[in-house]
Order: sequence, then C-alpha cells, then structure tokens
Amino acid sequence: MHIVVLLKAVPIVGTERLGPDQRVQRGQLEANGNDEYVLEKALKLTEANGGEVSLLSMGPASAIDALRKALAMGATRAYHVQDEALAGSCIRGTVDVLVAALRKIEFDLLFVGADTSDGLGGVVAPAVAARLGLPYLSYASEIRASGTGVSIDRLSPTGFDVQEAASPAVVMGTQLLGEPRYPSLRGIMQARTKETTTWSLADLGIDPASVGEAGATTRFIGSETPPQRSGATVVKAPPDEAAAAIVDFLATRRLI
Amino acid sequence: MTAVAGGLTPEERLLKETVREFAAKEIAPGAAARDEEERYDRSLFTRMGELGLTGLPFPESVGGAGFSYRAWTLVMEEIAYADMAMAVSLSVHILSQFPVVTWGSDEQRARWLPEMLAGRKLGAFALTEPGAGSDAAALRLSADRVGPTEAPTAYRLTGTKIWITNAGEAERYLVFATVDPAAGAKGVTAFLVEAGTAGFRFGRKERKLGIRSDTASELIFEGCEVLVANRLGEEGQGLRIALSALGEGRISIAAACCGLAQAALDAAARYLTERRAFGGVLAEQQGLRFMLAEMAQRVAAARALTRAAAEAKDRGEPIAEASSLAKWTASDAAMSVTTDAVQLFGGSGYSREFPVERMMRDAKGAQIYEGTNQIHRLIVADHVLMRIKGE
Ligand SMILES: Cc1cc2nc3c(=O)[nH]c(=O)nc-3n(C[C@H](O)[C@H](O)[C@H](O)COP(=O)(O)OP(=O)(O)OC[C@H]3O[C@@H](n4cnc5c(N)ncnc54)[C@H](O)[C@@H]3O)c2cc1C
Repeated sequence: MHIVVLLKAVPIVGTERLGPDQRVQRGQLEANGNDEYVLEKALKLTEANGGEVSLLSMGPASAIDALRKALAMGATRAYHVQDEALAGSCIRGTVDVLVAALRKIEFDLLFVGADTSDGLGGVVAPAVAARLGLPYLSYASEIRASGTGVSIDRLSPTGFDVQEAASPAVVMGTQLLGEPRYPSLRGIMQARTKETTTWSLADLGIDPASVGEAGATTRFIGSETPPQRSGATVVKAPPDEAAAAIVDFLATRRLI
Repeated sequence: MTAVAGGLTPEERLLKETVREFAAKEIAPGAAARDEEERYDRSLFTRMGELGLTGLPFPESVGGAGFSYRAWTLVMEEIAYADMAMAVSLSVHILSQFPVVTWGSDEQRARWLPEMLAGRKLGAFALTEPGAGSDAAALRLSADRVGPTEAPTAYRLTGTKIWITNAGEAERYLVFATVDPAAGAKGVTAFLVEAGTAGFRFGRKERKLGIRSDTASELIFEGCEVLVANRLGEEGQGLRIALSALGEGRISIAAACCGLAQAALDAAARYLTERRAFGGVLAEQQGLRFMLAEMAQRVAAARALTRAAAEAKDRGEPIAEASSLAKWTASDAAMSVTTDAVQLFGGSGYSREFPVERMMRDAKGAQIYEGTNQIHRLIVADHVLMRIKGE
C-alpha cells in the first residue's frame, strides 16, 4: 500500500505576519498541523499493513524543514515542488501543480488534512480528486484501509456515516484520527538519507505563465486589520478562580 | 527565547524543537508535584527512551542515535528547562554509559548497552564514598580478587557508596572500587554491577534540598561477587575511566544549568510584565531591568562556554579544562539567576506555589556534584600553569 500525504509548509502558527504586499510572509515554516494528523494515520496504517508513505509538498525552499520533520516521523520519501514562478499561485494554480505531480506518482491512497492554518480554502483536496477523477471521502474520524479499498467514518451531526471507496481514492481526515507522534530522534538523523525529489515546473510540464501571480484566476484586492474591539472582560487569576469567574459570568447571562 | 540560537544544523533545530515540545507537554506539568512528593516518575524515563533520548549522543555503530555532543547539550537544556531533576537523572544515565562505549569490550557493549540505550534499563555512576568525595582516589570500596592474583575469575566488593544518583531506581551500576587501597589512584578499578546481585543492596535514601524527585542513595556491598567479565578495562584504569566520563558529564550538567537558568529568567521576565506597582508594571523599573539584563548576560555566557566545550568534544579535542570552565560557570549562573528570580518575584518567589523557589533549590546541587566548583578551579589552574611551564 502506498499512501501519499499532502503536506503544506505554513508560517509557524502564532507568528503569521502580512508583508507590505498584504500577502502572508513565508519566513520560518512548519508543517500544517492538520496535515500531521493524516500523516500519523498514514504511518499507523502502513506500519500495521505494510507499505510506504510519501509526502508531496508545493512550497518554497524553506518548506524543507517541514518535510524533514515529517520524514523523521516516519515517512519514506518526499516530493517537493519548488519553483520561483509558483509564488502567489491561486487555488486553481495550486491544484494544477499538485495534479501534475500526482500523475507522476503511483499511489493507492491520497491523504489530506481538513484545511490549512494559512489558507482555510478547504477546496484544494476536492478539486484534486475531481481533476484526477478519484473518489473523495471527507471528514474522516477513522480510516480503515485494505489492499483494494478504503473505508472511513465520516463525521455527521448525529454520529458518523461509514463510507467506502475502491483505491485509488482521496481521503480528507480530521483531528479525531489521533495525536501526531513526535519525530523519533533516531528518525531525525535517518531523515538525512531519505530520498527527497525536487520538481520544478519544467519537470512537471507546466507553463510558468499559467501559475503563480501571473496566472492567478483570483485577484487580491486588499486587506484590512479588523477594528480594535473593546468591552472584553479579561479574567486573570489562578485556574480554579478563573474557571469559577467565567462560569459566573456565563451563568448570570443565562448562557449556561 | 534565547539570545544565542544560531549556528545549529537543521537536524539540531528539529531535535531542539521536538524535545522542547515533549518536555513542555510531558515533563513540566508534574514537576512541582514530583518535587513535593520526592517521587521519581519512571514512566517519564521510559517515554524519553521511546523518543530516543536515552542513547542520543552515542555513535550509531554502538546503537546510539549518532547525534553530536553539541546536540546533546540542546536536549539537556530543554529537559532542564522543564525539570532539572529529570535532566540530572538522564544526564547520569548517559554518564554511566560513556565508559562502556569507550572502554568496554565488544562483548560488554553488546550485553550492557542495548537495554540502556533504549531506556528500558536505567544507569547509575558510583564513585563517591563517605570518605572520598573530591578526593576520589581515596576511595575504599575494596575489590578482592577471587582465584589467582594474575588471572582472577571474579572480585568480591565490600564497602559503601553514598550520594549515588538514580540509586534504587536504576538497574545498572558502574561502580569504582580498589584492588589495593595502598596503591591510591593506581588501584582504582571499574565494575559493571546489576541491581539484584547477591551482596549488593541499597542503604539510606538522601533527603535532598533540591532535585528532590530524583533519587540519591547509599549503595552497600557485602562481599558482592562480580565476575571478571564485568570488570571494565584493566585493574588500575578505574580513575582514568571515571575522570574521562566526568569530562563529558560536566558539559551535560552545564547545559542543564543553562536550561534551568533560562527557565528562571523567562519566568521572572514574564512576572515583571504582569505584576503592577507604582502605577505601572514592574518591568518599567530600570533597577529591575538591569537585573534581568545581568541574568541574561550570565545565561548567555554560560551557554557559550557550554557549547564551546561540546564542540571541542565533537572535534575530538581534550575537554578537561573546557568542561570545568563550562560546568563551573553554568552552575554559578544557574544559582545566581534562580536566586535573582526569587527576588524579582518578591514574596511570591518565596512561596512553593510558584516555581522559582524550586529552581533555586535545584540549582544549588550543581555547584557540588560532578566536581565541586572549587575542584574545577583547581583543574583550570592546573591547565593555566601547565601552559606556562610549556613555554
Ligand atoms: C545531588 C547530588 C548528586 C550526586 N550524585 C552522585 C553520583 O551520581 N555519583 C557519585 O559518585 N557522586 C555523586 N554525588 C557526590 C558528589 O560528587 C560529591 O558530593 C562531591 O564530589 C563532593 O564530595 P564531598 O561531598 O565528599 O565533599 P568534600 O570533598 O568533602 O568537599 C567539602 C568542601 O571542601 C571543598 N574542597 C575539597 N577539597 C578541596 C581542595 N583540594 N581545594 C579546595 N576545596 C576543596 C569542596 O569544594 C567542598 O566545598 C552527588 C552529590 C549531590 C549533592
């Protein structure tokens, strides 16, 4: 079984900043948190049933730190699509690139996280599935894989639905899949010798003019910082007292 | 949070982040309670083993993870940042393996190391005795040969060790004894002894000022028979073995002191930005800002010396002087920075409800174990004078 995990390198959560061009600055990056949950599940499934996990990331050179961590967690290899011309890609451009890369990889399952901390579009994965003509199973709280197919528990308002599909298929997972592991420290050293393939747009046969800022089908008009809000009550006290104060606050407003 | 963060490899950065996250999530939360209850939590050592910390700085050829010693100092800093007692326990566990890696036969390494590297068996290093601390060569634990003098089949150990970190919890003991008390340093010999060996038991557990969640106890040997296969190195090599391992151990302790001092500095800085007095936060008072700056200065200097010593070891250079300078400076920094942190917290600093008094208690021991800071002055002075003589 070969599982590919899409992994996006995002600005370290809590340190995100907009640049003068109003775009998210990509300084130090880390693996998108939600992606680590599906990676964890992919590792567990291949550990139990045999197989390999590959990572696919489109991102700048600094994305390598996020890939290194994922390799140290146990992934077998990484594919990194990296090209100057990709900066400022819209979702359509990103999907084009990922689809082209995935056509070069033979896989049984493609795992994706619920969304990214810096994008929140949530449409990359279904679009990739549609373009590849693959089944798309989403909001998985559990994933079971066999040699020929996959079944998931899909979160629903009343519990969960069980969904099945034949491989290859795309599965979007949630944090209910379980906490990601720490990179093993031995794994950190071993990651140095794991195979990382870097693809340029030329390698994927994509015209640079069709992606990046130049080829974007959505345009960025502007952004504003939300106005300062006032009137918030900040409770600063030891945990027990703070909890009691918050409960009182809610109770007097009949919110609990 | 630290002033000096550069110069690390990507692997070292990932290691540091991973250990920081692990320590913050799994080690820090119970630290105060473990101290209060003087309780060693073996499950944390097991977790450190699963993560790969318990064999980290050893070469892959002996089953380690193959990290540099500089990388090891990053680990020590992060663990001590969360809990100094756990850092000391882990440091001693590593210390007790060094001699086996360096001096052990292939057979001894294969038998002794794998379980320790994996964190399934905990190690201890037993040198100090009631009558031999700083003067380690004066140790009296006797190792009487069994069988012919020239080719003994075993040794019988008799005597007492004190202040042995991890004792009682540990399964594996590196014990220094003498085959000839009259021979001084030349009689000292190292032995590998497992807990549960007949004639070996634990005595009194020390009731310590700090690092109270780590154990330190007496070891009592009453004719404990140790086969010659468990003698590490030759007869008479013991003191050299002990001192060479302590060179490495001191760098490790220095790094732990940097982490402890950093934790106290961060806690104090945070407190000053929150505590209000005289119409503002305390962080606005220049007198207190000067204190913070001086604390940061001591931490940075300690870290620089610690890293320099670790890098010297990684390059295979002699480390006796560098490790003494690092350990002496870093433990003094930890003591003074934690004491200042208590001061900056005011009355709260003196309360066991806040973590800084524990940090202050935890710091004191580091000026004493792995060579008192007076002994480190002697070692440094020896090197200064040797260089003058060499001119
Ligand atoms: C928390 C803790 C953990 C420990 N863990 C271990 C362990 O795991 N294994 C182990 O073997 N030991 C351990 N020890 C013991 C420790 O190594 C000794 O306490 C230390 O070496 C000092 O020896 P001593 O206590 O006999 O003091 P002494 O050697 O009696 O020293 C008393 C004082 O005299 C000073 N002094 C002694 N000689 C000189 C000199 N020539 N010139 C100037 N000053 C001098 C010392 O610096 C000290 O201030 C531990 C100790 C502590 C506190």
